[in-house]
Formats: sequence, C-alpha cells, structure tokens
Amino acid sequence: MLRDVLKALLNAPWSAKLGLVIIVINVTLMVFAPVLSPFPETEVVGDVWEAGFWANDCTPEGIAAYECWDEINRDREHKVLLGTDHLGRDLFTRLLYGARNTISIALVTTILSFAIGISCGFLAATLRGWVDQGLSRFVDVIMAFPTLIFALMILSVVGTSVGVLIVVIAILDATRVYRLSRAVAMDVEVMEYVEVARLRGERIWWLMRREILPNTLPPLVAEFGLRFCFVFLFLSALSFLGLGLQPPTADWGSMVKENAGAITFGIYTPLVPAAAIAILTIGVNLVVDWFLRKAAGLRDEY
Amino acid sequence: MQGLRIEGFQEERWQEIVKGVDVELDRGRVLGLIGESGAGKSTIGIASMGFCRPGCRITGGSITFDGLELTSSNDENLRQLRGVRISYVAQSAAASFNPAHRLIAQYVEAPVQHGVMDMSQAESQGKRLYKRLDLPDPENIGNRYPHQVSGGQLQRAMVAMAMACKPDLIVFDEPTTALDVTTQIEVLAAIKDAIRELNTAAIYISHDLAVVAQVSDRIMVLRYGEMVEIGDARAMIAAPREDYTRALLSVRKVREDKVHHAEEGDTLLEVRDVSASYGGPGGVPVLEDITLDLTRCNTIAVVGESGSGKSTLARAITGLLPPTKGSIVFEGKELPPSFKQRDKEMLRRLQMIYQMPDVALNPRQTVQQVLGRPLSFYFGMEGKAQRERVVELLEQIELNARYLDRFPSELSGGEKQRVCIARALAAKPDMIICDEVTSALDQLVADGILRLLQRLQNELKVSYLFITHDLATVKAISDEIVVMLNGRVVEHGPRDVILSPPYHEYTELLLASVPEMDPDWLDNLLHTRAGARLREGPISEQLT
Repeated sequence: MLRDVLKALLNAPWSAKLGLVIIVINVTLMVFAPVLSPFPETEVVGDVWEAGFWANDCTPEGIAAYECWDEINRDREHKVLLGTDHLGRDLFTRLLYGARNTISIALVTTILSFAIGISCGFLAATLRGWVDQGLSRFVDVIMAFPTLIFALMILSVVGTSVGVLIVVIAILDATRVYRLSRAVAMDVEVMEYVEVARLRGERIWWLMRREILPNTLPPLVAEFGLRFCFVFLFLSALSFLGLGLQPPTADWGSMVKENAGAITFGIYTPLVPAAAIAILTIGVNLVVDWFLRKAAGLRDEY
Repeated sequence: MQGLRIEGFQEERWQEIVKGVDVELDRGRVLGLIGESGAGKSTIGIASMGFCRPGCRITGGSITFDGLELTSSNDENLRQLRGVRISYVAQSAAASFNPAHRLIAQYVEAPVQHGVMDMSQAESQGKRLYKRLDLPDPENIGNRYPHQVSGGQLQRAMVAMAMACKPDLIVFDEPTTALDVTTQIEVLAAIKDAIRELNTAAIYISHDLAVVAQVSDRIMVLRYGEMVEIGDARAMIAAPREDYTRALLSVRKVREDKVHHAEEGDTLLEVRDVSASYGGPGGVPVLEDITLDLTRCNTIAVVGESGSGKSTLARAITGLLPPTKGSIVFEGKELPPSFKQRDKEMLRRLQMIYQMPDVALNPRQTVQQVLGRPLSFYFGMEGKAQRERVVELLEQIELNARYLDRFPSELSGGEKQRVCIARALAAKPDMIICDEVTSALDQLVADGILRLLQRLQNELKVSYLFITHDLATVKAISDEIVVMLNGRVVEHGPRDVILSPPYHEYTELLLASVPEMDPDWLDNLLHTRAGARLREGPISEQLT
C-alpha cells in the first residue's frame, strides 16, 4: 500500500511534485511556527513598514541583496527578514502564525463541509424519493444566494468567532459537496453489487459506507483539494472585509487588508501575504489536477 | 498482413496483444476470425485499416492493402482509404450511430465527404440499399433517428452504411453478438447478401464458430494473439486439426448425471398470476399473469428474446419490483411483495447471480470481504471461523485460498462469476436465481460455470431459476422450461416435452434460429422460410 503510494509519487508529473513540495513546506512552517518564528505573534519589534532583505538602499554600492540586508540590520536590535507590518510587527513571524490559523481553520471547515455534504448526498442517492427531493430543493435555495453576501449577512447578525466562522462556511460549502457526492453516488448506486447488498438486507449505513463510499472516493478526494482552496480564499476574503478572524490574531487575508495602504507608498509588504495565498492555492491545485487525471483514468497520449 | 505485432499499454507496461500473425485475403473472399475474448481478433480487424486503438501501437510487420503499405502511410492517405475502400461495422450499432442525426444523413456522410457522389445520388442509392437489405419501408426509414428502429434494423442500416462507397474490404466486428437469435438471422442474411452483391472482401470477427461458418470462405482461429489454425471453412468444421478448435466446436454436452434426493419434487416456489409494470400500477405492463412452480433440487429455465420480460420476472420474485397483481409463495408462505418487508431469513434463502460479474462485485472489496460479509451478516461468523468457511467456499467453486486477498480486477471473467456464485452459496440458499449468468462469458468458460452449477445442485440440493436466451444452455441444464414472449408464458413444461416435437410455433422458431455448425445451415433455413414469408421484420410481431 505504502509502496504503491511512493511509486505513484515518483511517477507523478513535475507539476504535481512542485505542488506537493509547496504543500509540504507550508505544513512544516505551520506546524513549527512557534519554533521557527523569531518573535512572538503580536510583539512590536520595529518601525512601521520597515524594509526587509529586498530593500535596495545600498544597491548603488553594488552589494548583493542579502549583504545589503545585513548592512541595514547591523545596528538593529532585531533582524526582520520580510520587514515589518503597519504596527511594526515582524512580517515573517505574522506570516508563519497566519499560516497556522488560516490553513488549520480552512482544513477543519473543509472536513466539516465534506462530512455534511457527503452524508446528505449519499442519503439522497440511496433513499431517493422525497428525501432526495427535499434535500436537493433545500440546497437549491441556499445556492440561490450569493455565497459571500449570505456569509456576511449571517456573520454580521450572529457575530464573528472562530466557531461560527467554521460552521457558516462549512454549511455554505457543503451545498457544492452535496451536489457532487449525490451525482457520483447515483452512478454507483445502480450497480449490481449495491443491489446484491440491498437484497442481502443490509442497512443504509452499510450501503453508504462500504459499498458506495469506496467507489466514489477518487472524485471526492479531488474535490476536497479544490474545496480546500475555495474555503481558504473565502476565509481570506472574509478577513479582508473585516468579518474573518479578528485582530490581533494573524491570518493571511487580514494581513493583506491591514497593509493594503502601503502599496500607495510603493512598499511591497501587502504583496507578501498575498503571494503566500496565491502560492498555496496554486500548489494545492497542481496536486488536485494530477489526482483528477489519475482518477479519471486519463493519460497524456490521449 | 505479414508478421503483424501490436502492443497494448496495460498495467503500466507494454504488453504484446498480437504476436506475429499473417493474414492474407483475396478480393471477394471472406475470412472469419474466431477466438475467445482477449485473443486479439478485433485488434487485427482494426489493424487491417491501418489503425489501432488509443493505448496500442503497431510494433512490427506490415499491412499491405492493394499494393499500398498502410503502416508507413501518412494520416491523409489513410483517411482517403477509410470509409471509401475499407469500411467497418462495429459490434454495437446503437453505440456507433450518432443519436442526434437521422439514419440517411449519417449514410450519405461518407460518400459525400469523400466526393464519391453528391447528396441526392447518395440518398437514392441509400434507399436502394435499404431495400436490398430488407429493411421495412426503405423509402422513409432513413428519416428515422437511430432510437426509432430496432437493434437488428440498426445493425442492417450500419451494414448499408459500410457498403455506401462500394468498398473493397469490409471489417465486421462481432456484428450479431448483441442480438437475439431470431434477429441475428436477419443480419447474417443481410451481410451475406451484401458481400455477394458487391463482390467485396470481408473480415468477419466473432467468437461463435457456428456464425462464422455461415459467412466465411476461410476461418482463422486465434488464441492469446497467436494463430492456432487456418483453413477452408468447410474443411475446418468437418475435421479440425487442433485440440483448441475441437474444443470450440464441441457442442455443449455438459449435462451431468443428476443425483436424486428424497426432497425432490417438493414445491419450493410458486408464482401465481403475477403481473408487474414499470412506473406503478398504471405504467407499462411488462409481465402479465405469469404462473410457474419450482420444485426442490430442480432447475427451471426461463427462455425468451430480449424484451420478453424474463429479467423482470426475476426482479418481481426477489421483490426489487413489487408485482402489481398475483402472489409469490415460498414453501407455502406468501412473500411480501417488496424485499424491504421480507425478513433476513427469507432474503438469505433466495439468492441471485447476475449476468455481468464485473458490476456484480464491488471493485474495492477483496474476495475475502465479498464472501465474508454474508457469513457475518447471516450467521454472525467472524474471525478464524469465517476465514475457514470462505476457503471452503472457494474450494467448492474450484478456486483456492490464494484468491482470498485479490480484488475483482485481478480475476478473469470466469473467476469473477465463480466468486459471485460463492457469494450466493455463502448464504446457504434454497434457491438461486441465475440471470443470464453465462452470456457475458466465452464459450469454454461458460461450459465450466454450467458444469459447476450442476455439481453444486447435486451436492447442496439447491434449486435454480435459470434465465437465459441461449437454447444450448437450456438444453444443457434445465429440468423444466418456461418459454416467454412479450411478458407472457407461451409454453411451460418438462424439458423433454418442450424440446421434442410437436413444438409450439414460437419455440420452434427459437430452436430453428440457433446457428448450427453447418456452413449451409443459413442458406437452407432462409430458403425454407422464404416460402413461409417469415423474413419480413421481427417474427415475434407477427405472432402476437
């Protein structure tokens, strides 16, 4: 089993490998954030929007960038790798803790939305009839609202906390998962081995878990990756609008928002968390693409 | 074709499918290619057009068509050739026609595209061909869509399409395999006419030797991508040289001696005036007033063409499609119409085996899991006891403990069907419904399965309700026969009564339509029938 996985990884195209490397780096940074970061999450360490190693103050003298950074930081009490944010906190530290908060919340939300979506979708596919009709029409109603507006509405009424955030996004996302899992389960449900299990007298839980789930797994796993990206972006968008994670907790979306003003002064600070969001999203997508192709049985020569 | 080698990409590596086969075909002659599935027949057939399926490649040998080397020709040359000088008739006409266009529009496509003739010429020639191939209403049938004509008619329309440009070579890839015996005759007759008419060469691919014998001059027997035997059709049928050919030729004589048990003759299942319809009580009726009895340790065969309602009968008995009328009595107790209301014990005693073992086994479960579940579900058998029983079951179906951890994808078609049988046996049933269990298998494998089923009946005293369209199977396995047509029972009785004269009209038609190992069989049959005018359209329509 493990050998099969390793073999599949070795045979993966370079894009998938790149994506995997990105994910592994992100997860490592996320897990070891307290060890790797030079400062505590919320400590103010310097001036507002101090430059990082890219600063070109000394390039006229023709010194390499990293030497330049040493030059600038020689007199400083603390070294800031990526500069500081709008309150003078170390951007690198914030980025690591931000990864922690953003990624873990996105992951929990995606898992929750899949739990809800898959169980409802499979239930609709196996029971059919009014259960299917009821669930599907309910999902249609939720999907009729623009997701962001719907989330903003609920969050501004209920108030923002991590728990509420997770539940709201998970439910909104579960509608998409529901549609996919219902469709793939419908395909499997008509197979004769499911009929055999029904005729054996198996309960619905067995049908869903043992007969249908293993055979619908590839498209669902691929969808999991995509959904994770969407949740992650959605979370960042909410933070950007001020309804996501509340300060001083670091997260990538609000880091972009808080530092957005800097861009008018030609300071790159807000681009750093934005790039982090973009890179992780692309990385996950590369892996998911590969997985989708494998799941669909497509080959390059076709 | 000389020393043709073709490789296919399978299980992450290239495997040779065709291993150096030489084929030579003269103008106006017909070559029959015969072999089991996986023998490489279709691959060779398609290769004669200079084409191979995605995931395959031609690695050696040469294909010469009328002096032109096809393996090294460019795509443009091949395109010019295909459809005009070489054409192809696929197994499933239903899947090969574009459902969104009328038949005639698809017919004229090739001649017009290749500039052989203009639209109106092609259309009038198409109508002539439809008439020649005995399609009903040849003037207007072209205006129908593929779903508006029957399977046999569609296959004949496909033959007409292949003939449109008067090709020099037509490749027929199992054109009658998916059809009923009575429809098969119409298509075979059309193909034979077509070849005679155009004086074209043809390659006829089939796994049924009797069918190939009707149309070919020469026959080539293939196995595992290699040639076993080639020779004149008549000579081969009369005196096959190789053992393998002899095995293919041997008519099924798999009836084993029946062991008689004391319980035999007790009525196990009674079906009383059962009617069923799809789409609720007001829907289309599929079964009307079916009555039959199944006694213990006996086999009752339900025979009929597709659409006669035989599989629906199985669904009604198992409770998947609750009957609208009538009752099903099992050992004197009336069963609830839907399987949902039946208790576990009842479900256990009535098991079912399906036609396609591929979809009847969960691809993500090992043999151990497939067979273990009914044991733990019905008998609460777990752990070591369960494992031992599974091995015992595997031995009963002539497999062994090495198969325990295999997934269905690692089994051959015959082995899969055996595992399905073992799954049914695991429940220790009194009765098994076998729905076309041998139809998807090669003949030799199917014989093995039938023999196994009979042995198990002798050992385990189980009764079979055997649904099939294949009369050879019926002869081999049944004690009693029920002949069905359009949802009704036409004839019902012991095997020897049904299969000996005087026959019922429809039974006789079915029996006469089974191809025989006689190259003149088709001509003789058509000759006899021409007098009786039975050749127009599906005969079943005339009977009702």
